[in-house]
Amino acid sequence: MSSSTATHTYTPKTRVGKVTDYVDSRVGGSGIVKEFGRKIFPDHWTFMFGEVALYTFVILLISGTFLTFFYDPSMAETHYEGSYLPLRGVEMSVAYASSLDISFDIRGGLFMRQIHHWAALLFVASVAVHMLRVFFTGAFRRPREFNWVVGCVLLILSLAAGFTGYSLPDDLLSGNGLRIIDGVMKAIPVVGTYLSFFLFGGEFPGTMIIGRLYVLHILLIPAVILLMIGIHLFMVVLHKHSQFPGPGRTNTNVVGYPVGPVYAAKAGGFFFIVFGVLAAIAAAFTINPIWNYGPYDPSPVSAGTQPDWYIGWVDGALRLMPGTLGDNFDFEFMIPFPWGVNALSLNVLIPALVPAIIVFTAMFLWPWIEAWVTKDKREHHLLNRPRNAPTRTAIGVAGITFYCVMWAAASSDLIATHFLVSLNDVLYWLRFLVIFGPILAFMVSRRISLALQRKDREIALHGRETGRIVRLPHGEFIEVHEQVDDYKRYKLTAFESPEVMVPTPDENGKVGLVDKVHGRVSRFFFEDRVAPVTPKELATSHGDHHSEIAGAKDRESIASH
Amino acid sequence: MKALSQRRRHPLAAFALLLMALLVTGGIYAAASTANEAQAQTTTFTANDVEEGSKLFSANCASCHGMGATGSDAAPSLVGVGAASVDFQVGTGRMPMQMDGPQAQAKPVQFTDEQIRQMAAYVASLGAGPAIPGEEILSASEGDSSNGGELFRVNCAMCHNAAAAGGALTRGKFAPSIDGTSEKHIYEAMVTGPQNMPVFSDANISPDDKQDIIAFLKTIEEQGSPGGADLGSLGPVSEGLFIWVAGLGVIIAFTVWLTSRSS
Repeated sequence: MSSSTATHTYTPKTRVGKVTDYVDSRVGGSGIVKEFGRKIFPDHWTFMFGEVALYTFVILLISGTFLTFFYDPSMAETHYEGSYLPLRGVEMSVAYASSLDISFDIRGGLFMRQIHHWAALLFVASVAVHMLRVFFTGAFRRPREFNWVVGCVLLILSLAAGFTGYSLPDDLLSGNGLRIIDGVMKAIPVVGTYLSFFLFGGEFPGTMIIGRLYVLHILLIPAVILLMIGIHLFMVVLHKHSQFPGPGRTNTNVVGYPVGPVYAAKAGGFFFIVFGVLAAIAAAFTINPIWNYGPYDPSPVSAGTQPDWYIGWVDGALRLMPGTLGDNFDFEFMIPFPWGVNALSLNVLIPALVPAIIVFTAMFLWPWIEAWVTKDKREHHLLNRPRNAPTRTAIGVAGITFYCVMWAAASSDLIATHFLVSLNDVLYWLRFLVIFGPILAFMVSRRISLALQRKDREIALHGRETGRIVRLPHGEFIEVHEQVDDYKRYKLTAFESPEVMVPTPDENGKVGLVDKVHGRVSRFFFEDRVAPVTPKELATSHGDHHSEIAGAKDRESIASH
Repeated sequence: MKALSQRRRHPLAAFALLLMALLVTGGIYAAASTANEAQAQTTTFTANDVEEGSKLFSANCASCHGMGATGSDAAPSLVGVGAASVDFQVGTGRMPMQMDGPQAQAKPVQFTDEQIRQMAAYVASLGAGPAIPGEEILSASEGDSSNGGELFRVNCAMCHNAAAAGGALTRGKFAPSIDGTSEKHIYEAMVTGPQNMPVFSDANISPDDKQDIIAFLKTIEEQGSPGGADLGSLGPVSEGLFIWVAGLGVIIAFTVWLTSRSS
């Protein structure tokens, strides 16, 4: 930018030009446009989920601001006098009454509530899908490890934003959710009750929690999310966008459209598409009908009480955990401390914390775990097709299975009623699947990845089976294979396939423990391997008579025989 | 008093005392349970109704419930279940039971209203029980729907769901959706406790409160869903399923379309 001001000799002629130049010479806009306007973004449909997350967040900010105009986060008691008849005169908190007023007595309020809630569900869903895309294509590798971590933090923040928002209407459903949080907190040994009393300002539910969650929901969490989004996007610009390998697409370039004008137009249009889709859903489909649930009261719990989808897996884990094993073992231990006996309730702590700890730890550390296994310290700007990293893909699928079984367990009651099966049997099956499902999923998906790689190899070497059987002049029958074009073949063959690293002994001829472990893990990762097609193999395959007759010219020559 | 104290060690004294204790507790229980029993208006049945009902019962019900409705290994005795029970079970198609299972399923009704009335008359004649409620107690417009809503959430929603959409119970049993159930059948279900449902006696929920609950159920049934399609009123599960399948599906279709022209 300094160079543009130093050589500022341009004199505009039109009025618009003068105004523009006045601004530009003060804020350096042309420099920014020059720098970022030519930024290239590659096109692939899977690259757009991060954008969906960003746009839903903008929609959340706009609709949420509208809701704050009318929502009152007070837990003072009142009697509802609004226009929803079945709740008229019922004692409730001001927070719930104002949520009902937004739904029934404020013009456009119900639509705004619904678009805000639907956008929240889509926000977390698009964050999750975006992360899965990044994971399965290996986009977290150097230099993008820290950006992956920022993404993980954003996921946790979006869960926190969702949960604090879910609790604000102070209806029966959200109160039940808070009660579970309270229970989990109290299960933490020694400090649990103190934590709970600190959060709720006394015994649950107290009169503080809604106001506190409101501050977190509208101030702190969105502010941190915005900060993280800023860092996230800054790093995207810094690292440039990754791309799938293809002819002309290398590790040192980015092939795609520039931000100005093509990508900006596309992205701007896409914002309105997302907005439109959400508006259509919000206008036509009910979400969180708080008027059905009634005001929060600690005594009733309605059937079909579940958290929003993104917290469902924790709820599911709690449902899966057996209260007792056999008749006697109840996972509860009374531990004597100098100040008295404290309870250790593992039947709550294990399901509430252990799956989350496993999933989040693996997620945060994965870039370094994989880098340690591959010993690969190079920069990667080219993405993997999931099948070309079979073990990583299989671990990802195992993780998804683990998550989804717990997720399904959160709707065990609805599975039972809608598929006419016993609720108990559903739980038994899911308990089996939460342990063995990921293992089965790992084996099956690794096999599928390897099989797909073999198929790719086959197609690259011999072409596509056309199903056309030809009899040659000397009587032999062959099936004609149609060769794929060079662009397609490039995509099938241009990938790296790491091999098992055998630990090397040091000068004393000994292999250290870490090296031994690394050797084992490396074997686990890369033992089963389909080697990419080499140029040499490709050259020999062309001498193969199957492909010789496959081209158009050859077909003519067959016809002329 | 002397005579009494002299005989207090008589061999039969213990039995006499036990008999007295049983009589007292039994008498109190009988008095209490009649007080608790749903005292809905009784429909009057003629001797002819009982006669016809008896024939229908022998032909259709006795194979499981036994001759004289005294029960068998397959089904309980119906002595004292009352006319309301028959009207509910047969009137909603649950009886005769289609097949053995965790609980009797509702199905198309197998008898005419007249036949159901006659069977109810027969079963009512076997012993006192809840009667079929009269019209005046069922008029939903009389009830206070917000009081009914509170009672429903405290007493019913844990099985039937806050929007009366139904829910799961253990081992294949379930609380059905109440949507579309008639006022009379809702009332009868409360006073007789069919399947796994508890009995809500008049001491537990008064007839006026029952009327309020019916008023609430009919209000939410008639008003529809204020926010658009209700997705089954099943709560966050159907909402999550919807956004993942329909919402994200549409968005993915657009992403594919937006990026289809390059490369």
